[in-house]
Amino acid sequence: MNEEHEHSIDETSLNEEKKIWSILKDIPDPEVPVLTVQDLGIIRNIILHDDEVEVVITPTYSGCPAMDMIAANIRFALLKNGFKKIKITTVLSPAWTTDWMSEEGKQKLKEYGIAPPNPKQQVCNDKLFAHDEAVQCPHCDSWHTHRISEFGSTACKALYQCDDCEETFDYFKCH
Amino acid sequence: MEQQFNTKASSKVSPLEGYREVYTLHLADNTLILGHRNSEWCGHGPVLEQDIAITNISLDLIGQARNFYQYAATIMNAQKVSPPIGGGDLEGAVTEDSFAYFRNSPEFKNILLVELPKGDWAQTILRQFFFSSWQNLLFEKLKESNDEQLSAIATKALKEIAYHLRWSSEWVIRLGDGTDESHLRMEKAIDGLWNYTEEMFIPVDYELETLNNGIGTDVALLKGSWLQNVRKIFSEAGLIIPSSSMVHTGGKEGKHTEYLDQILKELQAVARAHPTATW
Repeated sequence: MNEEHEHSIDETSLNEEKKIWSILKDIPDPEVPVLTVQDLGIIRNIILHDDEVEVVITPTYSGCPAMDMIAANIRFALLKNGFKKIKITTVLSPAWTTDWMSEEGKQKLKEYGIAPPNPKQQVCNDKLFAHDEAVQCPHCDSWHTHRISEFGSTACKALYQCDDCEETFDYFKCH
Repeated sequence: MEQQFNTKASSKVSPLEGYREVYTLHLADNTLILGHRNSEWCGHGPVLEQDIAITNISLDLIGQARNFYQYAATIMNAQKVSPPIGGGDLEGAVTEDSFAYFRNSPEFKNILLVELPKGDWAQTILRQFFFSSWQNLLFEKLKESNDEQLSAIATKALKEIAYHLRWSSEWVIRLGDGTDESHLRMEKAIDGLWNYTEEMFIPVDYELETLNNGIGTDVALLKGSWLQNVRKIFSEAGLIIPSSSMVHTGGKEGKHTEYLDQILKELQAVARAHPTATW
């Protein structure tokens, strides 16, 4: 997703970087395990130093409790593949946004029963009692849904209910 | 205990550097203490969804606090400043945990508003609304700070604050414009909290110093917009801004109510009982 080649001019390090991306490809998000940390856009960069690999990550929310576990999982995955010196750096800027979620990730979320974030940044709409945000039911595809609560089972989700099939569902809210 | 951790000799630092750190701790303490207060609702919310909402807000606030504490620790350790505040670990370095767990109440720089008891749901809602309205304006300014990390923390937090502000504004209207009982409770909450709001807009030395250096912002200038927003929401809620001119201040300078001691007793008990424990 983020293949900046500034640190990999020669082919060996380019291959090395590709290899690391593929090692980290399948690390699941601890709270939404159907998504990988790459689907979420949490891994921002991989930098190869002389004797060290640096993985740059960013939290979804300031208080995301999964970051320590994500960092540990990245470390374990790299150790298992023979990398010895590993540095995990957390950056806050630019601030994480649901825009970085991969299309594949959104599809996986829907299949899992969580409505993926709307493409438009609707948190910018600060109108009060704005219940008209159109969120599609991941179960029956109806657009007749309403918000039960702005806050859900994790920081990144809101709770919705479908007016047609009456199922409640999580919505991965725009951020 | 902090004494024994403070092994580093104190070294002279330029006044600005000292102020940058205290200012960062002030921002951290506000969010930690309010986050802790809100977390007291966990398992006790009026309905499940709102229990989850207020604890989610706590999580955001405590996350923001961690970002500020980590940054304060980084700049303090880099400058080898003997921490004027904050216990530090065995090597004398400060950490986010030493700030949260090993300082005493006079070393906390949060505004008094955030340490007051959670009260009933009306008081919790109103406090969150007052705070989020202020935090929103303050962090919009901090976004422009010439301190890149403070700007990054504020920019990230603003996305969360947008939710907090919308949620608490809706609840102020719902309760103010709700039943006789909910209206009465909102009026009581306003009476109890209003005199604590002015502290947000009266700058203390580290706010002035960081303002002069392009790090902080002029909090006095935030008052107009803040009042305008409060007035707007109150008018929809059928609530009235009191005319009281009494003002409680001191928190930003470490002069706290007894409520902060009660919070710290609970928040710090485990860490102080087992200071060398690791998670």
